[in-house]
Amino acid sequence: MKRRNFLKACLIGGTTIAMGKTNKGWASGSFEGYPESMGVLVDTTRCIGCRSCEAACNKEQNLPEPDTSFDDKSVFEEPRRPTAKAYTVVNQYEKQKPGGPVYRKVQCNHCNEPACLTSCFVNAYTKTKEGAVIYNSKVCVGCRNCMIACPFNVPGYDYESVTNPVIKKCILCYDTRLKVGKPPACVEICPQEALTFGHRADLIKVAHERIRSNPDRYVDHVYGEKEVGGTSWLYLSGTEFDKIGFDPSLSNDPIISNVKDFLGMVPMVLSIWPALFSGIHLLSKHDAGSEGHDTESKEEDR
Amino acid sequence: MSSYKQLIVAALSLGAISVSNPPAAFCAAVPDSVTLNEKGTLYKPFSFNHAKHIQQLKECAGCHHHTTGTLVLDPECARCHQNSSPTAVVSCKGCHSSKPFSPETLAEKHADKQRYHKDKMGLKGAMHQSCIGCHQKEGAGPVGCQECHPRTAAGEAFYSSSRLGAKPAHAKEH
Ligand code: SF4
Ligand code: SF4
Ligand code: SF4
Repeated sequence: MKRRNFLKACLIGGTTIAMGKTNKGWASGSFEGYPESMGVLVDTTRCIGCRSCEAACNKEQNLPEPDTSFDDKSVFEEPRRPTAKAYTVVNQYEKQKPGGPVYRKVQCNHCNEPACLTSCFVNAYTKTKEGAVIYNSKVCVGCRNCMIACPFNVPGYDYESVTNPVIKKCILCYDTRLKVGKPPACVEICPQEALTFGHRADLIKVAHERIRSNPDRYVDHVYGEKEVGGTSWLYLSGTEFDKIGFDPSLSNDPIISNVKDFLGMVPMVLSIWPALFSGIHLLSKHDAGSEGHDTESKEEDR
Repeated sequence: MSSYKQLIVAALSLGAISVSNPPAAFCAAVPDSVTLNEKGTLYKPFSFNHAKHIQQLKECAGCHHHTTGTLVLDPECARCHQNSSPTAVVSCKGCHSSKPFSPETLAEKHADKQRYHKDKMGLKGAMHQSCIGCHQKEGAGPVGCQECHPRTAAGEAFYSSSRLGAKPAHAKEH
């Protein structure tokens, strides 16, 4: 077990036990997402890596000025992850391949059963009926449990604000757009319609239809339909998903199910969890020290 | 039915004229140039040389599907549109909406489970994929954003790393 996954399990398990039970309202594996949930289908075969979506997100969410302009293609040299200053990033893969490179936009996937939400002990997170996973920065205590719990390495930590350090991430443009039925800013600007906004249920059908009518163009899989219990953002790809930065080890069980498995071991856990917690504490301190608080641009699993 | 339409339909069914030479039959209705991106805010409008593309491609269906009455190239479309006659509207925007994700469109798609063209691209996506896709495939023609449409001042500010262009200058001072 990777150290990170171990930490994840411990934190979620620990939090759950500390609260006595999961009070998040749904049984693991049975929640199909809200029926009226919206979503975005990302067709990576259409993306040209123009980074317009990044620029649009920056303006829509009033994010700080980027270090370099959105025309800067040198950012593609290393895969990036979303940060508190950039809720979405476009990465380049398969650079040398014929037909390549392949680009993929990364942001919060807005899980049906969000691990960030289940791991947050101050209940800062909410899954809205439109499908967005949003958070209340006023109650966030900056503990970073959600950063560890998220299977996609999404939440970013705002190190700039010392007085009120908070987690920041893509909110599916909930406040300004989704709430009133408008498409997210990144979707609206995409020149290639690599991003398709719609009802999640419709998007799943559209995605399978694209595969059916163009079997040579796509791998026969819709990423996010089932992974970790389903996500609002869905992906199509022309190359194997692990080649474009997806974690192939994620199962279809929501992360919350790990909690259930973990609870199966309760007697053992109960007796050792204080010890586990101090271990975690030490580990995370070590973590912060060695990486100099610069986890923003680093992929922990790479 | 207009006479040219009759002619085309008749000609097609007889195989009398070659579909590779449609301009002869259409010349009256076909524009030589089209202004695209008319309402652009980040990129300027520009003139698309339609005549040159007709010269080089000789195949309406490559861009216009079945709407000009020519045989469709995509076998998927041909399943229904094998014998479709020309449509009243042939311009891209006649079918591809400039607001493909408006609440009204999405509600309509969601309600109508039988709808076939559920995945019809919006205008912007259709144009870019058609142009860039073909230019890439043919190894000819522009593929970069500003090679077709230069940016406006607002566009430059939008993509730049500084907000100088977007904000009053004093907002930058710390
Ligand atoms: S992708 Fe991560 S941050 Fe987004 S909803 Fe899922 S668990 Fe939460
Ligand atoms: S949905 Fe909104 S917040 Fe999320 S990446 Fe797109 S523009 Fe940014
Ligand atoms: S705007 Fe669209 S095409 Fe451009 S990088 Fe983003 S997803 Fe890809």
